[in-house]
Amino acid sequence: MHRFANPARFMRLSARLLPWLAGATALLLAVGLYLALIASPPDYQQGQAVRIMYVHVPSAWLSMAVYGAMALASIAYLVWKHPLAGLFTKAVAPVGAGFTALCLVTGSLWGEPMWGTWWVWDARLTSVLILFFLYLGYIALVGAFDDAERGLRVGAVLVLVGTVNLPIIKFSVDWWNTLHQPASVGRLDGPTMDTAMLIPLLVMALAFTLLFAVLALVRTRAELTWRKVEVLRLFQAAGE
Amino acid sequence: MRALWHLIRRDLTLVLRSGTDAGAALAFFVVTVTLFPFGIGPEPEILGRVAAGLIWVSALLATLLSMERLFQADYEDGTLDQLLLAGVSAEAIAMAKIAAHWLVTGLPLLIVAPVMAALIQLPAGAYGVMIASLALGTPVLSLIGGIGAALILGARRGGALLALLVLPLFVPPLIFAVGAIDAAALGLSPRPNLLFLAGLLAAALPLAPVAAAAAIRQVLD
Repeated sequence: MHRFANPARFMRLSARLLPWLAGATALLLAVGLYLALIASPPDYQQGQAVRIMYVHVPSAWLSMAVYGAMALASIAYLVWKHPLAGLFTKAVAPVGAGFTALCLVTGSLWGEPMWGTWWVWDARLTSVLILFFLYLGYIALVGAFDDAERGLRVGAVLVLVGTVNLPIIKFSVDWWNTLHQPASVGRLDGPTMDTAMLIPLLVMALAFTLLFAVLALVRTRAELTWRKVEVLRLFQAAGE
Repeated sequence: MRALWHLIRRDLTLVLRSGTDAGAALAFFVVTVTLFPFGIGPEPEILGRVAAGLIWVSALLATLLSMERLFQADYEDGTLDQLLLAGVSAEAIAMAKIAAHWLVTGLPLLIVAPVMAALIQLPAGAYGVMIASLALGTPVLSLIGGIGAALILGARRGGALLALLVLPLFVPPLIFAVGAIDAAALGLSPRPNLLFLAGLLAAALPLAPVAAAAAIRQVLD
């Protein structure tokens, strides 16, 4: 792992990887969107609205996976002072927030025709909304320090606090939900999914994961470059 | 341990001599609760139905209001650096500050809350449970808020940032506390909710000072 801690090696390796990853992402997204929007059948209950799910479900997966990745990177950053890990956490937080927002918006768009309302205080929706707030809190905190390094360290502590709290929040929201609205919303996970729908979903999930990898690499590279620019500016200012 | 005790005493003395900080949080609580009938309407049935939530959300905001300054003054005048350099552990500093904060803002809320609950028609059977929920829950608020206050040390725009960081983490205590009061108001057993609340306190009591200390130590370097 420490082999990849070297920023110069990371820059070289990521530069070589990026075109391939970006190409694969574009290809998979095109295939996935074709399968999801055109080739797959409409649902017998939900009609065409089921197609929203091909975007909604992968973004829901990634909204959680990105936070998990941030938690692991934060541990690496705090324990081993892994310089790239802190930059990675900062770089991917807006991407995670974006996936979470996409998940909330698509869920809402799907809910309007299906449930007849844009929003219900369902346990899952509420948990995702709180996850979105955690992302926003991290982004705001990291940006609030004049010393960027300190922002990264404090942010890493916040991510870990959030990681401990997420299961508690999830559990308490479930508990609250069963108390307040017993089975008001019909869940549609009764029949198991047909392969005609499963394949496009899996392709889309893979495409979204690759998209995340591309964005993570590009943004981490940008953070590193930005850091370099700042250091050069400091040297220049000191030299004059 | 002795350092802990001295720090708590110092903070309490500071607050009592100046007198404004603690009073402000309490007054904020009273005024906020008073505002709700104007927003919702004075009908006793409606107010009674939402009273538990109003008391708790107001208590939560009052806790948050006084939280921003928790470490700020000591950070700005260098006391925090001196304490750390003198070998006082960051965990002890965090624990002492949080304990003092609870004594100054959480504890008075326990005394004022029944009066405010009477004004907004909390059902008669729920008073004991409400006080129990505040006794168990406000320390959790102070502990979680303490983490937030340590995180924003040295940050620009502290106040709004603190709210964004801490309010999502206040969701579990809020849910269990209001659940307990609602159960008591309906004549059900508040026991499971209160036990969960006690569980949150038991988890936050050792963990929150450690997390806050991790943030405080960033001050030194």
